[in-house]
Amino acid sequence: MPGKLKAKIVAGRHLPVMDRASDLTDAFVEVKFGNTTFKTDVCPKSLNPQWNSEWFKFEVDDEDLQDEPLQITVLDHDTYSANDAIGKVYIDIDPLLYSEAASVISGWFPIYDTIHGIRGEINVIVKVELFNDLNRFRQSSCGVKFFCTTCIPQCYRATLVHGFVEELVVNEDPEYQWIDRIRTPRASNEARQRLISLMSGELQRKIGLKVLEMGGNAVVGYLQCFDLEGESGLVVRAIGTACTLDKLSSGSAPNTNTHMHPNTAPASNACNSPSKDGKEPVFVEDLPSSSGPPTPFRALPTSSSPPPFSPSKPCSRQSSSSDTDLSLTPKTGMGSGGSAGKEAGPLRTLLRQQTQTALEQREFPFFTLTSFPPGFLLHVGGVVSARSVKLLDRIHNPALGNTRSYKLLDWNSVTADEPETRDAWWEEIRQEIKSHARALGCHAVVGYSESTSICEEVCILSASGTAAILNPRYMREGCLDIGCTDHRFEEPSPPNCGFCHIPYDELNMPFPAQLTYCYHCRRQKVPDVLFTTIDLPSEAAVAGKGCLIQARLCRLKKKAQGEANATAISNLLPFMEYELHTQLMNKLKLRSMNALFGLHIQISVGENMLLGLASATGVYLTALPAPGGIQIAGKTPGDLSSEHISSIQKRINDTIAVNKELYQINPPKLFALDPEVFCGINMELAEEGVGSPIPEPRHRSRLFRSHSESSDELSELDLSHGKKDAFVLEIDDTDAVEDIHSLLIDAPPPTGFYSCNTENMPGISNWTSGVQMFTSVRVLRLSNANLTNQGLNKIFTDLCENLLKSFYFKLRSMIPCCLCHLNFTVAVPEEELIQVTVTAVAMTYDKEQTQEKTAEKPVNKGSLEAEEQLQFPLELCADSSSSNIQTASKISVSLFTPAAKLCQNQLLIARSAGVGESTNMSPRAASVDYGSFADRCSTWLELLRLKAHTIRRGSVKTSRRTQSLAHSVSSLERCSPLQEGRSRSLRSSRSFGGSSVTVVKMTPLSFLPGTRIIKYLGIINMFFIRETTSLREEGGVSGFLHSFIAEVFAMVRAHVAALGGNAVVSYSMKECVFMENPNKNQAQCLINVSGDAVICISETDQESSASTANTGQTGGSETDGAT
Amino acid sequence: MSVELDVFVGNTTIMDEEVYQLWLDGYTVNDAVKVRMEGGVMDECEASKDVLLSDTMDQYRTFQMCERLLHSPAKLANQLLFQIPPHRQIMLIERYYAFDDTFVREVLGKKLSKGTKKDLDDISTKTSVTLKSCRRQFDNFKRVFKVVEELKGPLVENIRQHFLLSDKLARDYAAIVFFANNRFETGKRKLQYLSFQDFAFCAGQLISNWTVGAVDNMVEDMDVDLDKEFLQELKELKILITDKDLLDQHKSLVCTALRGKTKVFIEMEGSFKNLSRGLINIAAKLTNTKDVRDFFIDLVEKFIEPCRSDRWSAADMKLYLTHYTNSAHILDTFKHQVVWDRYMGVVKSCIFKMYHD
Repeated sequence: MPGKLKAKIVAGRHLPVMDRASDLTDAFVEVKFGNTTFKTDVCPKSLNPQWNSEWFKFEVDDEDLQDEPLQITVLDHDTYSANDAIGKVYIDIDPLLYSEAASVISGWFPIYDTIHGIRGEINVIVKVELFNDLNRFRQSSCGVKFFCTTCIPQCYRATLVHGFVEELVVNEDPEYQWIDRIRTPRASNEARQRLISLMSGELQRKIGLKVLEMGGNAVVGYLQCFDLEGESGLVVRAIGTACTLDKLSSGSAPNTNTHMHPNTAPASNACNSPSKDGKEPVFVEDLPSSSGPPTPFRALPTSSSPPPFSPSKPCSRQSSSSDTDLSLTPKTGMGSGGSAGKEAGPLRTLLRQQTQTALEQREFPFFTLTSFPPGFLLHVGGVVSARSVKLLDRIHNPALGNTRSYKLLDWNSVTADEPETRDAWWEEIRQEIKSHARALGCHAVVGYSESTSICEEVCILSASGTAAILNPRYMREGCLDIGCTDHRFEEPSPPNCGFCHIPYDELNMPFPAQLTYCYHCRRQKVPDVLFTTIDLPSEAAVAGKGCLIQARLCRLKKKAQGEANATAISNLLPFMEYELHTQLMNKLKLRSMNALFGLHIQISVGENMLLGLASATGVYLTALPAPGGIQIAGKTPGDLSSEHISSIQKRINDTIAVNKELYQINPPKLFALDPEVFCGINMELAEEGVGSPIPEPRHRSRLFRSHSESSDELSELDLSHGKKDAFVLEIDDTDAVEDIHSLLIDAPPPTGFYSCNTENMPGISNWTSGVQMFTSVRVLRLSNANLTNQGLNKIFTDLCENLLKSFYFKLRSMIPCCLCHLNFTVAVPEEELIQVTVTAVAMTYDKEQTQEKTAEKPVNKGSLEAEEQLQFPLELCADSSSSNIQTASKISVSLFTPAAKLCQNQLLIARSAGVGESTNMSPRAASVDYGSFADRCSTWLELLRLKAHTIRRGSVKTSRRTQSLAHSVSSLERCSPLQEGRSRSLRSSRSFGGSSVTVVKMTPLSFLPGTRIIKYLGIINMFFIRETTSLREEGGVSGFLHSFIAEVFAMVRAHVAALGGNAVVSYSMKECVFMENPNKNQAQCLINVSGDAVICISETDQESSASTANTGQTGGSETDGAT
Repeated sequence: MSVELDVFVGNTTIMDEEVYQLWLDGYTVNDAVKVRMEGGVMDECEASKDVLLSDTMDQYRTFQMCERLLHSPAKLANQLLFQIPPHRQIMLIERYYAFDDTFVREVLGKKLSKGTKKDLDDISTKTSVTLKSCRRQFDNFKRVFKVVEELKGPLVENIRQHFLLSDKLARDYAAIVFFANNRFETGKRKLQYLSFQDFAFCAGQLISNWTVGAVDNMVEDMDVDLDKEFLQELKELKILITDKDLLDQHKSLVCTALRGKTKVFIEMEGSFKNLSRGLINIAAKLTNTKDVRDFFIDLVEKFIEPCRSDRWSAADMKLYLTHYTNSAHILDTFKHQVVWDRYMGVVKSCIFKMYHD
């Protein structure tokens, strides 16, 4: 009995009229948790009832506390007939279960009905008292913190990164149960909502258990997904990265919670031990060459890939190498559903031994994080991805077949095949990813994510990530934040280019690629292009700005059933990937960029087509060689006139030139020895001057992918551009012409706009506080029955482009602004429908400061490089093989030493100027930030009311005078909203009680510009269903979805506000499934959203002091470097 | 190919003031798109017609969803569905409750009933305000009327509190409610030259001086009805025209004061008795509801028209009325100074306002 849950129903407001006769409602509330239900009294004849109930107490297991939501139902009392339900509120009490988060949930919640939407609001207070649990075999994992954020949360410090955790649970979908035929749509929807809430609670608890076993206390980059598999069930699965986090003491709110922290993480004090890794051998050289076959395209011998469509065949997880370790560790209470236990124990031992190959021995050295503390990421190999097509209809689950209740299956007691099967599928894919990473000479995969696409009984499972080599220090004790130790640590390569250096063996390359010496340090090889799924490392040196690059593709497919269908799909997949990749590459060249970050490739399956959408943020990394142009060549000159070709060539060249201008790509030419080369556009010249080891440029891809069920054929597939010469596009038929045309279709964003799909916009960092998160959904009906692939491509491309254009137009008032984290999701809900869902955030930035920054940045880089150059000749002379380079670096030293000194000074000046600038700019910032403004306005309203009230008793004339006075005051306030807005922090606007609604900002990013997160209140993970049988009356499909999305936002905001928060970060809409039947006037939509509820405060003087400290530190390290 | 569904929802609700105005003015989506295109918004962001159409539809949907809340503006501040910055909320409310003077002029003083609502299409064609906009404005009048009717206390203040309107707009609504409640006749041809603002000013005068709430003790009654006691007392003023001596005395006092100060002195002297009778008769009859309704037409017929036909300038008229009012104080036998002031104060300022072409 380790927990007592208390709930109090205070009041309701804006209730709907339930009794037509009186135009009023007799409302009462049922509060349910588990199987216990309490009721309030009926508050007769009121639309704004005041119940002010007693505290309803539930005494429950903490296991239930984690799994179950608190269910609040508002009903209308009816003496003669059954009580009518007004709506429900589900409150996830998980945030109350760990000590650092919220201590109470209190606030107004929208009362939600799946048929009618939001119907009024209810004020509820919820508290939890936890007792200490000494049971070693407990099933709960209270105290483990969850973060959706894919980086180390702002007010924490990671002392240890444990690694990958995953789990999935399966159940029957209530919508497909026999009972669904006789119950109302409302009952069915509610059953589904409740079930998913239960399942995600259970999933989180199980993941939490795994984390505890690994010795961690938090999950970062928690990604939970639903697979609505229809008849075959409902899968809820999640992945994440287990960490041990320490809360940073500075500015942290006093912890008022008294209940015991159930977890005493053994590793949490490990960070205190002095790090002995100063003399660590350089990690790269330690890479065991036996880790994988040199060619990545051969299937790994270990993965006994099963025949394509026999998923029921038990997959051989037991045969995986890591399982032998399992016997060494004490088996925990976990059942067969888990797999993390296998790695936890041995991992810890390994860590203690400080074995270099710690990561190698993990079952899955995967990290869902996309951005890392400086120094964590050593090298990046490239994107690794795997897809697999599975048939769902073959699975019938004996354990689930007869379940009628919603009780979740207890995996410990029931031998269920189902999760095993699903687990096996993912296991298979992860193994493949791992092998790909090995082939790239990498021991880890970062920026890892998994997804599915389901159409009828076919399911495509996809996983992708970025192969990387991590600094082994962080796998053991040590701190992840920027400390002096980190700087002193002898890194094998400088931070702003190191991650670009190839991790694989140059002589034994996994794929043919063009390598050059790094344009930064000239010491190690870099590829010509780099594709990754992670965010741009903050220390990376870039030129100009980044931009969103999308490849879009449609492929028609014959309608088919079962295996034939699956075969057809899996045959199409490699071609789609190839084309998407080609498109990405061409568009990258067209923008004169050389690297992609945040690459996300989605392939969505429909009945008669496949949709592919690849999004990424292109950027020019100064460490990588400059991209060459695109050459057009006619294969058969007879068909197409050479003028035509040259006109296309001209257009392409023009576009490249325009883009260079647009994205301000002027790479610093620091290493060019000949000053005359500076003016030349051709970097190759400069390169040759230094001595390029590979004279003839050949373009090769870095994208690894495969399909498990047909790995034999695919292993031969080379995604690169084959024997063709560098960036030559051949025009041999009209299709090719179309392709090139479509390349040029992508309109650049209008002036004042930039776009990216990553956390950080390369080249922009001076955000002002204007933030607008939005979701947009567009569904296109293809009326034309006989469309070609080309036609479809055009339609799909236009759809995406038009969406972007719409965003730019709608958000034009925010210029200059950047659309960040543009997340496109495509689906084929029906045969002739294409659905695109986009969630993104528009953020304003300061234009003037940008220019200053861009002016400053190269200086910054220059000094850093120079600084590195200062110290490296001493170290490198011995092992540097190329004397050519040596001289080069030496020359550059002599060239740049004085300059570097100068630059440093300039840098300092620029920084302090920047501080001054920011304070100057702050009034402007406050004008966009309406949080504080809202507060003031509401107080102003209050003031007016108050005045009006007192005035009433006076004579009319005097009253009028006062009023006009009040009015003039108000108008004064209105025209100068900035006077004191800045001094008020966001926190002050969070007023409990009163009529004003807390402003809750939402963003898909992990930060809010101009603010500092002081507290994470817990994860928000909500699932809603909305259905209507009066589609036309609700404004058609658009009206229906519009109000539903608005309602979802409202409910998220209300929950965050009730937790005491004022923002949601890392917000994402994971699922938006829309179905309609206009003939029946019906529609249904399912939405799943998640994010982290936080309290953030606006950055004030602390900021400037921090920055000065920073400058001081930089200065210190600089002097350090000089000696 | 057709766009089956197209929505855009921002965490902070995005609203374009221009589109809002078009929506309020009753433009259809297509017409609004045309207007916006002509307005040159397309050049701003390289937008196409489709983009504009999609944006307009989105906004129209948002406004439709907001409309329910705008009906009780206090709800807009504490509803959870739309996150709208407070200054935007104020704008939304203010614009929603704004009206066309030409339209309100047509319904001013009419009963806010279903019958009047049926005539809205005629008014729409007459005023060239779209029917949709007419309906919104009419419903606003009705809604404000309904809410305020039941409430105690000062009318303007009540309106401002319940509908969170600006002072100016609240006063206008008070005028509309006041006129509708007392059913003042404003539609006669002779009154056509008066604008809504003229009437609104007069209404303001009446509300603040002639209603029960105007004197004191406002808790008890409301501002919407005229002070019955006062109207009764007005009968006492008749003495100024029935008593021959008093009338002559009054005339001579006024004439002495006016002599040499105006070009139309002869006309003033000649029409003094007529004008005085006219004004005092209006006062004496105000106990009849029917005559209350005709208050403005009476003012025009009995005072403004005669003066205008004698070519008095506005200054002349002001001079005359000032002395006319003040001279009564000097009359020894005239005891009803307070009522006189209360009456003439309002009549004077109403006539000042109404005396124009």
